[in-house]
Amino acid sequence: MDNLYRDFILEHYRQPHNKGVLQPHDLQFADSNPTCGDEMSMTLVLTEGKDAIADVAFDGRGCAISQASASILTDELRGQTLDEVRAIDPKHVLDELGVPIGPARLKCALLSYKVLQGAVRGEEIAWPEEAEAAI
Amino acid sequence: MAVQPAAPSTIPGAFSGTALRADFPVFERLTGTGKRLVFLDAAASAPKPQVVIDAVADAYAHHYANVHRGIYELSEDATSRFEAARRKVASFLGAPSEREIVFVRNATEAINLVAFSWGRANVAKGDRIVTTQLEHHANIVPWQQLAADTGATLDYVAITDDGRLDMDDLRAKLAQRPKLVAVAAVSNALGTINPIDEIAGLAHEAGALLLVDAAQAAPHMPIDISAIDCDFLAISGHKMLGPSGIGALWGRRALLDAMPPFMTGGSMIIRVTLEGAEWNEVPAKFEAGTPAIAEAIGLGAAIDYLTALGMDNVREHERYLFTAAWQALAEIPGVRRLGPDDPEIHAGVISFVLDEVHPHDVATIFDHEGVAVRAGHHCAQPVMLRYDIPATTRASFYVYNDLDDVRALADAVRATQKVFAG
Repeated sequence: MDNLYRDFILEHYRQPHNKGVLQPHDLQFADSNPTCGDEMSMTLVLTEGKDAIADVAFDGRGCAISQASASILTDELRGQTLDEVRAIDPKHVLDELGVPIGPARLKCALLSYKVLQGAVRGEEIAWPEEAEAAI
Repeated sequence: MAVQPAAPSTIPGAFSGTALRADFPVFERLTGTGKRLVFLDAAASAPKPQVVIDAVADAYAHHYANVHRGIYELSEDATSRFEAARRKVASFLGAPSEREIVFVRNATEAINLVAFSWGRANVAKGDRIVTTQLEHHANIVPWQQLAADTGATLDYVAITDDGRLDMDDLRAKLAQRPKLVAVAAVSNALGTINPIDEIAGLAHEAGALLLVDAAQAAPHMPIDISAIDCDFLAISGHKMLGPSGIGALWGRRALLDAMPPFMTGGSMIIRVTLEGAEWNEVPAKFEAGTPAIAEAIGLGAAIDYLTALGMDNVREHERYLFTAAWQALAEIPGVRRLGPDDPEIHAGVISFVLDEVHPHDVATIFDHEGVAVRAGHHCAQPVMLRYDIPATTRASFYVYNDLDDVRALADAVRATQKVFAG
């Protein structure tokens, strides 16, 4: 189990970064993992020009993979423009996790990406191709 | 990468789970991490013994033609084997007649058949239907849809803290004179064995019909429809060592006779003109189109296999494994077990949660240890809501499991806790 549950994944799970709800916020989105029903929400505060991310938080309960993924992803968003966030490649999210994610867990790993994209696009997106192998 | 030798396990009973593994080819394979496969997910779908695989292959290889159609020997042969399977299902369930056995895809389709056919003909605005919070989605959503389509009200019987049906609440719901009560004989999510005989008596006293979802019960304990006094009963072949894509609905003949067809098309008619059609007799009326012929024959072979073991012995075997596993999990701190303590009312299904570890992570680490379990809501989200948990890990036993598997379950729990410790 050394591969998947590396220490930094477990550290993000036990003490997730950016966990909670920002009030007030400019953007908000929530979605769930159909495999387990786990729900995740994100709230975002934009910069004065409303074109970049000033602050972000995620909330909800889930497995170590989904929580670590959200913790790591939200860490890198501050200062990014909305266009940059919309252009994030889901592969990048998997790369940042840095552990091998099997097909059964891809939706756990990409739920944070899906919720984030829902927030910055204003509508739900389809699961990325990478997650279609998921069960 | 060697298979761990399975130490002999002694379980009082008429058969050895360890020995039965030789009947199931899937146990020849190792897991992704090179371990012996400890399969604890029969409640989702059961592995197939070689005799079932052979029966399906033989049906396709040597006895296959469409049934009830061909005026030639091969078709008569296929029909005779298909109808023999129907008789086996009837006999296995204690049904008064095989003409009351309708072949369907699975218990889900059986329940939908009743909800659409009987439901749309007999339920109207203001009527009530009763199901329970303990049910699989297959015994909830069809009734929600029936209620939405007809304006009827759907009531849910509450469950107790230890996962039993609240019988006082059932009585209260029955006092409102529902048309039908739909309840599982065994909960797939918690393993609770419901008091079906008592529920049948109460439902009929209240003037309601009783539908029993026996998908989780029929594979694991004797079922005797002639003794239960229910009105409909649904089973899935794939959970009882049979092929996927085949299941059965039993219904009282008078009810089936009076019900309109569910799906329409070929073989369910006597005569079709451009103006309309005349329905065939039951069960053909409910079997539109070419059925799952080889799969039905495979289900017959699964029933032969289970019958040879003896369903009383199967139940006893699983009661023993349940008791051992329930105790083994009790001895590990940080494990919360759901469902009743009493092995008399708890089938070989154990749902549990580990403090601070999500069931998905549990199942992934279990998989690494060679132990296949289900993690999730088990298609029973109202049960998860009841206990305010997102999901559980579920271990379910069957004939090929033994005490080694119980030990593997407990070891996998400890391995999971070790990964998440600190």
